[in-house]
Amino acid sequence: MAMEMRLPVARKPLSERLGRDTKKHLVVPGDTITTDTGFMRGHGTYMGEEKLIASVAGSVERVNKLICVKALKTRYIGEVGDIVVGRITEVQQKRWKVETNSRLDSVLLLSSMNLPGGELRRRSAEDELAMRGFLQEGDLISAEVQAVFSDGAVSLHTRSLKYGKDVDLSCPARTRHGFAPSSTHLLTYPEAHISQLGQGVLVQVSPSLVKRQKTHFHDLPCGASVILGNNGFIWIYPTPEHKEEEAGGFIANLEPVSLADREVISRLRNCIISLVTQRMMLYDTSILYCYEASLPHQIKDILKPEIMEEIVMETRQRLLEQEG
Amino acid sequence: MAGLELLSDQGYRVDGRRAGELRKIQARMGVFAQADGSAYIEQGNTKALAVVYGPHEIRGSRARALPDRALVNCQYSSATFSTGERKRRPHGDRKSCEMGLQLRQTFEAAILTQLHPRSQIDIYVQADGGTYAACVNAATLAVLDAGIPMRDFVCACSAGFVDGTALADLSHVEEAAGGPQLALALLPASGQIALLEMDARLHEDHLERVLEAAAQAARDVHTLLDRVVRQHVREASILLGD
Repeated sequence: MAMEMRLPVARKPLSERLGRDTKKHLVVPGDTITTDTGFMRGHGTYMGEEKLIASVAGSVERVNKLICVKALKTRYIGEVGDIVVGRITEVQQKRWKVETNSRLDSVLLLSSMNLPGGELRRRSAEDELAMRGFLQEGDLISAEVQAVFSDGAVSLHTRSLKYGKDVDLSCPARTRHGFAPSSTHLLTYPEAHISQLGQGVLVQVSPSLVKRQKTHFHDLPCGASVILGNNGFIWIYPTPEHKEEEAGGFIANLEPVSLADREVISRLRNCIISLVTQRMMLYDTSILYCYEASLPHQIKDILKPEIMEEIVMETRQRLLEQEG
Repeated sequence: MAGLELLSDQGYRVDGRRAGELRKIQARMGVFAQADGSAYIEQGNTKALAVVYGPHEIRGSRARALPDRALVNCQYSSATFSTGERKRRPHGDRKSCEMGLQLRQTFEAAILTQLHPRSQIDIYVQADGGTYAACVNAATLAVLDAGIPMRDFVCACSAGFVDGTALADLSHVEEAAGGPQLALALLPASGQIALLEMDARLHEDHLERVLEAAAQAARDVHTLLDRVVRQHVREASILLGD
């Protein structure tokens, strides 16, 4: 049986190899940004003794009279109209609490959800009692942000038919944080652990790495589809052959997924992990280029550091050529 | 050990340092991808690993939620192999609880908790031969890595007093010798003290000197941590592009 052994070796940081420097003004907490009192203070700053002081480590952004410091990594901050993928944590009286990688859990009101069959009516007491039948703790949903409360909590809605419930392949049923890293290319959870046969894989990344675009639902030409949630939760699933128009997506498709589709999904997942490790923005083009660059390698090799660097360098190159 | 002098006539300590010198510090941020923020620090032979989760919704009892501030929750644990004798320490024991409480006091002073009402910030620290200073420094880096707004860095250092000289950054041998030890956590830019702790006897006249030595050492630690953070931010910024 062949075994692979890897020894630690010092590698040069990637930023040196890129050979460029940043033009941004970088600060750490406690740094004075400016002593000019004419500026308005935004996020990441606070006023102390007539000076504007940074409170997070990041880059300073100035828009006219507003100065704010954008931190490298934060939790998701909701904005109206964002697409998010979240996991139900609680079923409360007339709403569900959804975990979306933000500072407070988001809420999904019963009235903001489509009833199966697409009927439009006032939600009755029977609907409240039947809430658990629609969504239980541990289910994954895709939804849109409807409103943001004053303390930062976010209210979601799934009013359009394209939103709905997903079933997570990589998560044993009813656990909260279903992301289990696996370096083998076969999704190895036997059917017995999952109460419903699954349909996709969830990848959790930092929200600051998901690029804001016009649409976040992409059907990639390699055979899988991806939902890039603004909150950093990315859902990869096999492209359905025909779009189901009725039922609003609440009846999960429980047919087994073919091996070829599973391999495509695993490869995409590993590509996304390597893009995130090298801090590249995620959008459909970058994911696709990375996928194509990784085709010569085996799926499980993509996670090795040197191959990861090689693939991402190639992706960067292609993206630069495409832009310039 | 008989005849072991903590401070030689020429002014050298057991490990060859001068009275005000720090041990070698190495630090790294972002060691865990799963956590919101993480950091690893080595101060001489003492190693500390800190992990931060948050701010997030309060788990467990909803009643603990504060309506205007975030709740800071700190836990300290010590590795079994960290001392001379391999000993398994249960999680709730007194030293861990006390350290956890001290860390919590320190960080409640530094984190701007009013910005995140009704949420919770978890800080988990694991230290080898655990001293308070290494834990605080590691936790500062981890909180910075998580993007949680803080007033300033929190830099900590220990100090002792031997033969009329104040020593900064005590090693294990010097701590075990039994002299007075002071632990100080400082916010360097403003010079404010977040926590000052001593549980030994020290004459009031000497307090000023020992405090000053600890403060200077903490400022030196700040220079080092500052450099680490700037390097990390610069590298991430370059990778992200403009």
